[in-house]
Amino acid sequence: MSQINSEDVRKVAQLARLDLPEEAVEKYTSQLEKILGYVAQLEKVDTEGIQPTTRAVEVVNVAREDNTLKTDERESLLALAPQREGDFFRVPKILSD
Amino acid sequence: MSGSEAPWEAVIGLETHVQLGTESKIFTSASTAFGDAPNTHIDPVVCGLPGTLPVLNEKVLEYAVKAAMALNLKIAEHSKFDRKQYFYPDLPKNYQISQFDEPIAEEGWIEVEVAEKGKETYLKKIGIERLHMEEDAGKLVHAGSDRLAGSTHSLVDYNRAGVALAEIVSKPDIRTGREAAEYASEIRRIMRYLGVSDGNMQEGSLRCDVNISVRRGPLSPFGTKVEIKNMNSFSAIHKACDYEIERQIKAYESGEIVVQETRLWDEGKQITKSMRSKEGSSDYRYFPDPDLGPIELSKELREIWRAELPELPAAKRHRYADELGLSIYDARVLTDELSMAVYFEAVVAAGAEPKFASNWITGDIAAYVNSQRISFSQLSFRPSQLAEMIQMIDAGQISGKIAKEILPQLLEHGGSPKLIVEERGLGMISDPGAISLIVDNLIAEYSKEVEQFRNGKTKLQGFFVGQLMKKTGGKADPKMANQILAKKLQG
Repeated sequence: MSQINSEDVRKVAQLARLDLPEEAVEKYTSQLEKILGYVAQLEKVDTEGIQPTTRAVEVVNVAREDNTLKTDERESLLALAPQREGDFFRVPKILSD
Repeated sequence: MSGSEAPWEAVIGLETHVQLGTESKIFTSASTAFGDAPNTHIDPVVCGLPGTLPVLNEKVLEYAVKAAMALNLKIAEHSKFDRKQYFYPDLPKNYQISQFDEPIAEEGWIEVEVAEKGKETYLKKIGIERLHMEEDAGKLVHAGSDRLAGSTHSLVDYNRAGVALAEIVSKPDIRTGREAAEYASEIRRIMRYLGVSDGNMQEGSLRCDVNISVRRGPLSPFGTKVEIKNMNSFSAIHKACDYEIERQIKAYESGEIVVQETRLWDEGKQITKSMRSKEGSSDYRYFPDPDLGPIELSKELREIWRAELPELPAAKRHRYADELGLSIYDARVLTDELSMAVYFEAVVAAGAEPKFASNWITGDIAAYVNSQRISFSQLSFRPSQLAEMIQMIDAGQISGKIAKEILPQLLEHGGSPKLIVEERGLGMISDPGAISLIVDNLIAEYSKEVEQFRNGKTKLQGFFVGQLMKKTGGKADPKMANQILAKKLQG
């Protein structure tokens, strides 16, 4: 029983802004199918009567005080960006014409 | 009643983003200061670098819960953060940390007072769907064009990225542009009363998006929903809604289709314009943020925070009208800004009659405060001093005219009205002996006029009152002066 088809793979690639060559779609469809099949083993576990959880670590209410810390990191952070212009990050044109 | 002949009605809902006034950002210790040089308030967490861990600012939680309580929302015992994925360069991480299916609060309402010139003021309860916490995005500057379309590239400033927001979603209970503007201004008033946000729309600390559709009466199905953005004043919200209602009705009546889209309010042209958007229907793929643990609010903590809530604007308006006997209009003006309400209450507590206090505060004093661009809390003229002045007028020690004369000095420097009146010799002369003496002198001085008066020319009493006021610098108690004059003139 197939859980994923080539359309799903194209959509996921598009959402992730990945430029997927057509020949890779076939390959990834079968690979993702295998991964999903592997994860699907979890469905066999009996979860009757167990509260759903969103996480594996049981911590709640982790919070910090409202204090500021001046870290002069602008230069090093801007240096990591592919492009900068003065003190701004520079990004390519957002809308295509 | 439904069908094509029923009158059109608009269905409006608002999404309001309120910047919570904390010192540091929602998940990191970078500063939230406004107006600094680009990218001065960024750090590895803001930029979403690998290996960084966001940690919730406890003040954000407190402010969000207090805001939710003030909006009569039910506070969730269990709440969590989710990632909302979308690609836009104002988000350094390509996802926004927000709350999806377990917001901090749901199901509330506020009461707004809808006042329009020439129409009767009415109260309206507007439902609130939810309030959730999320992080703000950065700011883009589009280069090569003043608009997004046509720009060659964009520049990004992440100072605002990660600033804490409360997003408040109303129910579609709003029917007119005026109601939408009143709702938004009441939300701001409540946030300011709570001290959780400055609500400054020009600086973007309060932003409203409007969802709006029209239909043929309440029994018809909803029309196509259009979103409007880019309104940075309450009057812009009012006008944008009214414009959009008209536009949609016209479209339907001329057989056109209203498309589901986002439109921008153009303040210069006073119209809404379709916004070009590349993204198709969005697919945010929300999932729980694994970096942030869930929030569980104990009953004790909720009770502590609830007890710290101040009296809110609607409650004050009711109290001023019901208990202090003020008009709905005065109650509304006095409670608009918390600092004015606090000042008013202090004046009343110091013994002034509420209606007189209201008149002075909303009149001359508010005019002074506005012209000086200060707050009532910064006024040199203290509430106890205004109360003293009002009581002096009440007791007949000074006239309203004299009060206006000493007001500029009081507004500027404060001080005791009693002392100022004494120093400047402005007190009313209400000592019968003193007035009689002046009258005797006048009778001696103007014997000819006295003679004429006694021969029936009683109109001359006005002449004597004038002379008496001239001699006393306008300070004689007018009622007493008239009585004594009348008696002595008759001889």
